[in-house]
Amino acid sequence: MANLQSSISKIRIAFVSGGLVWAALLTYVVHSFSFGWYIALTDGVICTSLLGAACWLINNNLRYYQPGKGSYINLFFWCLALTAACTFGARWVLPYIVNSTVYANFLAQSITIRFFTNYLAIGWMALISMIWYSQQDQKENEKRKSEAEKLARDAELYNLRQQLQPHFLFNSLNSINALIGFKPDEARKMIHQLSDFLRGTLKKDDQQLVPLTEELAHLQLYLDIEKVRFGHRLQTEISCDDRCGEAKLPAMLLQPIVENAIKFGLYDTTESVTVSIRAEMDDNYLTLMVQNPYDPKTARPRKGTGFGLSGVQRRLYLLFARTDLVETYADDNIFTTIIKVPQI
Amino acid sequence: MKRALVIDDEPLARMVVLEYLQGFKDQIEVLQECNDGFEGLKAIQQYQPDLIFLDVQMPKINGFEMLELVEQAPSVIFTTAFDEYAIKAFETHAIDYLLKPFTKDRFNKAVEKFLSQAPAVQPAKHTEALLEAASQSPAQHERIVVKTGTKVKIIPVNDVEYLEADDDYVSVHTSEGSFLKNKTMGFFEQTLDPSQFVRVHRSYIIKIQNITRIDPYEKDAHIAILKSGAKIPVSKTGYAKLKQVLGI
Repeated sequence: MANLQSSISKIRIAFVSGGLVWAALLTYVVHSFSFGWYIALTDGVICTSLLGAACWLINNNLRYYQPGKGSYINLFFWCLALTAACTFGARWVLPYIVNSTVYANFLAQSITIRFFTNYLAIGWMALISMIWYSQQDQKENEKRKSEAEKLARDAELYNLRQQLQPHFLFNSLNSINALIGFKPDEARKMIHQLSDFLRGTLKKDDQQLVPLTEELAHLQLYLDIEKVRFGHRLQTEISCDDRCGEAKLPAMLLQPIVENAIKFGLYDTTESVTVSIRAEMDDNYLTLMVQNPYDPKTARPRKGTGFGLSGVQRRLYLLFARTDLVETYADDNIFTTIIKVPQI
Repeated sequence: MKRALVIDDEPLARMVVLEYLQGFKDQIEVLQECNDGFEGLKAIQQYQPDLIFLDVQMPKINGFEMLELVEQAPSVIFTTAFDEYAIKAFETHAIDYLLKPFTKDRFNKAVEKFLSQAPAVQPAKHTEALLEAASQSPAQHERIVVKTGTKVKIIPVNDVEYLEADDDYVSVHTSEGSFLKNKTMGFFEQTLDPSQFVRVHRSYIIKIQNITRIDPYEKDAHIAILKSGAKIPVSKTGYAKLKQVLGI
């Protein structure tokens, strides 16, 4: 952006100095027709200012309006009209300032040549502006495109990483490692839970809608594994009335929310933690509420969780085109996340 | 006989370490298992162990933050599922690091390394260097962990009003009072977000959001008045820095 700013100021300087050179040349030419310096200078300044104004106009015009392929002819007429305005403007104004018949005659005779030089200058200006602005547009488009691509890539990467959940996976494997020694049966059970859970995450497709019972069953696997890891410190409460069992929601929607709840519940306090998940039907919405205790005083700035939550928000937006489906509340020591899933 | 502590919030993870340590029961005695950094801190002060097995991700304060609060730091072997790249940086300073799940062979190697170098190396020096390395990781700078008496206080960086040099310590001023931290001004100047915190004076770093007014004071110097009413001297170079950050 700073780059663009500096190049714009450079262009301004070039424009003004071009104008000065033009005025000097014109003054010199008029002077060489044996007019006095005063007359020549007046002619030079007035004509050049008018021409400059015309150039500025056409440039500004092109900044906001780029002619399409078929309408270059319009630009031609635009230039013609501007040339006429500035040439005849000078023709009209100059005699008022310079009181000389000889000069008035000279002005009338030179009108054609003035018209054509002005036309060339304005046309040239139009051409340059057109090229410059279309180049700017192109740059802008490319930047936007690459940003959008980067965003898509980031999201994809995040998804991949999220699916793998290395921290969770390695810690679970470590727990299994511990269990193998003295509780081989439990180790075996945990291996099965872990593989069922991972298989579940792999086969799920982002677009797919699944019944709540299925989502909760998958979540239960995850919670069971976490309970083995954290022992008595982690408790969970899941309540879901009969009516919402069949309600549909996007696959793996609850997972990141519950993961956050556990993470922040467990790492915000040293005591035991209860994470509760409640599902209700509300008109035509499936309402899901996840609660976890947290410590408002020492809670780490919730940077890490942002993506999880905003990922859920984004998915709901893409599916239902609404941004009001996720709400969070933090009161006293309980953090609550509420998600509403419209039932179609 | 060396004395050790096992600090990890997952009981099964501690169990693995204890089980593997059976092979060294003539050389290493485990004094206590600790559930979190607070317990770890207490136990370290109580027992002054030679070695700790330390997990990184734990409730309330993480392993690095706990180490920061220890005065006489013992030798450290990290046991963590923390990703390898992050922990590599500390490799040279810790005795060793074990990535969960680790094998018995790998574990033995780490412990043998400790046993072979234990008498020669001063653990405190090692651990200081380790913390220095840990503080380079950006995740550490969202909060400052301090000790007040026997209690540990976690100050989110957002709650800091200003920092003041105090002999070998830095006094961290917040709305709830001020706390001493055994770090240098240079450390905070480097690690705090420079768009929020400016070192306006040899002995002061202020959070620019808290400034209500800057008045001239004597020649070349200024004085910044904070929301809390505190008056902070601003040196000539400090004023220049401040102007740059504020864009005036």
